[in-house]
Parts: sequence; C-alpha cells; structure tokens
Amino acid sequence: MYALIAGGGKVGANVLRTLQRLGHEATLVEQRRDRYERLEDEFGHEIHHGDATEIYVLERAGIRRPPDLVVALTGDDEDNLVICQIAREKYGVDKVVARVNDPRNQEHFDLIGIAPTVCATSSIMALVQHEVPEHELVQLLELRRENLEIVEVQIDANSPSAGRRVDTLSLPEGARLISVLRGGGESEIAIGSTELQPGDQVLAILRPGKEDELRRILLRA
Amino acid sequence: MDDKEETLARLGDAWRGSFVVGHGMDIGVLREAGIEGADAVVVATNGDNTNIVIGQVAQKRFDISCTVVRILDPARAAFYRTQGLRTVCPTKTAIDELTEAVRSCEVPSQPAVR
Repeated sequence: MYALIAGGGKVGANVLRTLQRLGHEATLVEQRRDRYERLEDEFGHEIHHGDATEIYVLERAGIRRPPDLVVALTGDDEDNLVICQIAREKYGVDKVVARVNDPRNQEHFDLIGIAPTVCATSSIMALVQHEVPEHELVQLLELRRENLEIVEVQIDANSPSAGRRVDTLSLPEGARLISVLRGGGESEIAIGSTELQPGDQVLAILRPGKEDELRRILLRA
Repeated sequence: MDDKEETLARLGDAWRGSFVVGHGMDIGVLREAGIEGADAVVVATNGDNTNIVIGQVAQKRFDISCTVVRILDPARAAFYRTQGLRTVCPTKTAIDELTEAVRSCEVPSQPAVR
C-alpha cells in the first residue's frame, strides 16, 4: 500500500514509522523547517517540505499516483479538511483519514463528508466521563460506517429500570443492551432474563439519536 | 464578524451595522451574526483554508446560494471553483492587472537600433 501523510508531528511521525515497519510505502509532508529536517534525518527521501494544502506540494509528494490512502494529521482542522477534500475530489483518492483537533469542528467534516475522522479530545473526554462515578450516559465508541454507537449507562436506585428484567423494558427501536458490569467487577451478557440492579454499568448499542429515548427507559421515567 | 474586537474601530464612527466578535468556524457565532437570514455571505479571513471551510458551511449547511469566498492561492481557488464555490482570487487579479499595466506601457518590442 502507498500512503501519503500530511503533518509530521508526533502523530504523523509515528504513523509513518508504523506503516514502514509493516512494509508499506509512505511519504510525509511537513511544513515546519525544523521538524522537516529532523524527520529527514530519520526517514530520508520519504519526507517532503511544504504546505500540504498547496496543490503543487501534494503533487511533488506523489498525490497524482494516486495514493491508496491519504492521512491528514496536521494541527489545523481546516487544513486537514481541505487536504482530504482535494485528495478525494481532485485526485480520486479512495480512502482518507482526518484528524480532528477541536471536537467542535467535527460537524464540518461530517457536512463535507470526510470520514473516518479521529478526535483525541473526544476519546479522552469519553474516558474521563467513564471514570466519573455518577455519569449517566457516555458514548464509548462511534461506529460511523455502521451508523451505530456504543454507550455506557449507569443504573442507580432511582432508575425506573432498576430491579427489572431486560425483556420487560420497552427499549426504543434500534437499541439493544449488550452487557452488564456489576459492582463486584463481574460482568454478563445482557439477555432477556438479566435483571438490572442499582450500580450496574450497562453497555448498549444503538442508532445515533436514540440516546434520549434510551436514557428515559433506563434512567428516569 | 471578526475574531478581533479591534477590527470594529477600522469601520469608523459612521458604521451603523452590527458587529459580532468570534471565529467563523463556530456555528454559534455564525448564527449570532444572522447567517440564517442572510441573502449573501462574504468570507474573507486571512486564511485560505478557513475561508474554504466557512464558505462550504454557508453554502451547504445554511443554503446561502450567494456565498463568495476569498482564496489567495490561485491553484486552490481554481479547484474550489470547479467544486461549485464562488471564489475570488486577489492574487490572480493582481497578476492580470500588473501584466496588463506592463503591456499598456509604450515599450518598444525590439531594442532600439541606432
């Protein structure tokens, strides 16, 4: 596989290192002179100096071939978006991956149809929420291609679902419970006869947009 | 709208329009500035890629068909024109005008022969 990476910070450099170790061909474009020189010492000719949102820089780096994959990992979301858009629309690159630095910009990527995206801040926020003792509903994983997401819900003593069997809950269409993690640390797959108890951490899979309905059934009437 | 409040001073005392401080990539600020009722949107920040994103947000999300975007880089301006964005490229305008100005000078096309 041939991949073109835009952005040679810690993320970009490690992606390049990993791809090379797996035996793939990859080139990287870095704008900052100091970073470029450091990367060139390590990787040699695979590194190009310039602004990866400039068409002639992309062409010099090999976008005309075109690459099997373009990975936009700069620190600027607008740059990542433009790089992916040019790669896909102008050069017919099939697969693009973009880094989203500010989660508030996610909607712009969605609007223009750039996917998949990776947002470290959002992932960290989900993990932080997961650790907060009294969280309600936390999104753990977004399965964009499947248009599904996996969320975690914590049941408490006041929840309408506490003390009830899963098959007696009227879960919203497009939502299923996956598993239950009990206070003692043991977990079980959620089946019809599973009884929810206060303190349970429940994993559910659902269509995006069904969160409120699920919250209503599980957490408050 | 502009992300720097000082910009308002440049508009002068006679400015009677409104002014919103904030970044154009922020949907909330765009709404506050009234994008939903706008007949036209002009995007002219000093960042080409910022303008490209905001322009597409105005066009695709808020359905403003008269969205005009400034892009300094002629190559990107040309590409995004093919993508249906109304782009203005001041660099290209300057090149054309400078070329025209030189052409209109009365310079002999051949070196003068004595």
